[in-house]
Amino acid sequence: MFPRELQHHVGPFIDRAVDWLLVNYGGVFDAVSGALLRLLLQIEALLRALPWWLVIGAVGVAAWLLLRRWTSALVLMALLFMIGVFGLWPLATETMAIIITSVVLALVVGIPAGILMAESDRVRAALTPVLDAMQTLPSFVYLIPAMMLFGLGKVPAVLATLIYSVPPVIRLTDLGIRQVSASVQEAAAAYGANRWQMLKEVRLPLALPSILAGVNQTTMMALAMVVIASMIGARGIGQEVLLSINRIEVGRGFEAGLSVVALAIVVDRLTQGFARRFEPPR
Amino acid sequence: MTPVERSAGIRVENLWKVFAPKGVAVDVNDPDRLAWAERAGAVVAVRDVSFEVKPGELFVVMGLSGSGKSTLIRCLLRLVEPTAGTIVCNGHEVTALGPRELTEFRRHHVAMVFQHYGLLPHRTVLENAAFGLKLRGVPREERYARAREALARVGLAGWEDRYPSALSGGMQQRVGIARALANDPAIMLWDEPFSGLDPLIRREMQDELVRLQRELRKTIVFVTHDLDEAIRLGDRLAVMKDGRFVQVGTPLDIVQNPANDYVRRFVQARAPALVNGYGVQGALAGPWPLKAAAGG
Repeated sequence: MFPRELQHHVGPFIDRAVDWLLVNYGGVFDAVSGALLRLLLQIEALLRALPWWLVIGAVGVAAWLLLRRWTSALVLMALLFMIGVFGLWPLATETMAIIITSVVLALVVGIPAGILMAESDRVRAALTPVLDAMQTLPSFVYLIPAMMLFGLGKVPAVLATLIYSVPPVIRLTDLGIRQVSASVQEAAAAYGANRWQMLKEVRLPLALPSILAGVNQTTMMALAMVVIASMIGARGIGQEVLLSINRIEVGRGFEAGLSVVALAIVVDRLTQGFARRFEPPR
Repeated sequence: MTPVERSAGIRVENLWKVFAPKGVAVDVNDPDRLAWAERAGAVVAVRDVSFEVKPGELFVVMGLSGSGKSTLIRCLLRLVEPTAGTIVCNGHEVTALGPRELTEFRRHHVAMVFQHYGLLPHRTVLENAAFGLKLRGVPREERYARAREALARVGLAGWEDRYPSALSGGMQQRVGIARALANDPAIMLWDEPFSGLDPLIRREMQDELVRLQRELRKTIVFVTHDLDEAIRLGDRLAVMKDGRFVQVGTPLDIVQNPANDYVRRFVQARAPALVNGYGVQGALAGPWPLKAAAGG
């Protein structure tokens, strides 16, 4: 046994620090929370307003346009239909609302961060360990700081999802830009491209396939996280999975689990197809 | 584009480029410290090179890989920052320009053709040819018109809407040349532009350059590792070794009076017929259209 005298808890200290933050900066957190919630609710209201057949039809059309295969389009439509058949359509809508919100925020934060990392070795040196830590931590752990500052519900779920899912798009933006052929960049420099032109005309377009691969990865990680985020009270399909685990209802858990997989496949195929549209012509 | 246009030349004085590891200070004016820096890992790529290129002249820098020729041509528009020396191109002292002036200088006075083409894979042939003009801020209609004209000049009319990946190496290089011509610069820099091409295509491109040069009379610095190419193209050529010019002269000069053993061995290895037996007469009748013979 570890000697009792050596045990020391930092928990109370953390509790006090969080209390202090909330007392002194509660307004900031409330404002962030309010803004996030409004965005989230608007997206949710929009998704809810769409009739189910329109959503399935739109996914079918998008799949056909992006993937150019009837079978893919039909399979994706069938998967969504299955979610409806299981009676999980409203919960899936709520899950998607959280995912879309987190992914939009992740891209707004992540792509510029990736560009900064590629432009400056110093930023890269500073961000790399942070990203490593973000990806090494078990996803459960993200729930704690999010919950501490924003309580329970959808807003901390969005934030936990954001933190968990943002590293891939940052890394792949950085990597994509750094992999842009030196000879093309040299040619652009020789013709008098300034920094902005270099970024806009050469580096970003050539890095785009890599950036979009990052968007795909980020979306998939958001989907994985949003299920776990049900533990801090985010409603959605994840909650259904959590409930069936707690009640050992295998069948109910199977339906919910399968629906999560269905969502994942649909989102993955569509974003991948989208990414492939932007590969350079050959 | 007028058929014969005079353009200003290039003057390079005491140019040095030393690649030094971090923390190794370099002073090119102090031989002892320079030797010390070299022992500490500094590499002298260009060593006190001075030369002049007259307006409308095609000046070839020939050397093997590692001789510093690529570094030299990159110094002329400061893609590689010179360590010391003065460069004057087309009346502008390049080595004294601030960052913005340098960008403007690159946009308006020089254009470069690269060994690896440096084309944008996501842009069409037309957009690639118009790229230099786009960077200048030339309106779309005008830059496309000029790019079309340049593409026609290099024989690529009808290929405007293709992507570079659909073109062979030789044709991609033609796009690179069209991009340079569309800018209509006074000075053109060619960095081993034909080295990656098949021998037949290479010959064809060399003829193309000779033809273009007859029409345009640009001031050209052309870098190559190929003596045949240097002799075919150059009004004058410089043989470069270990960062220095070993010899500068007309192709005929260099073939007839090699300055030292290095140049002699080079000439002998690349052109035995010139040195053994045939002599100058053979050279003139030989496979190269020696420009010196035409009274140049």
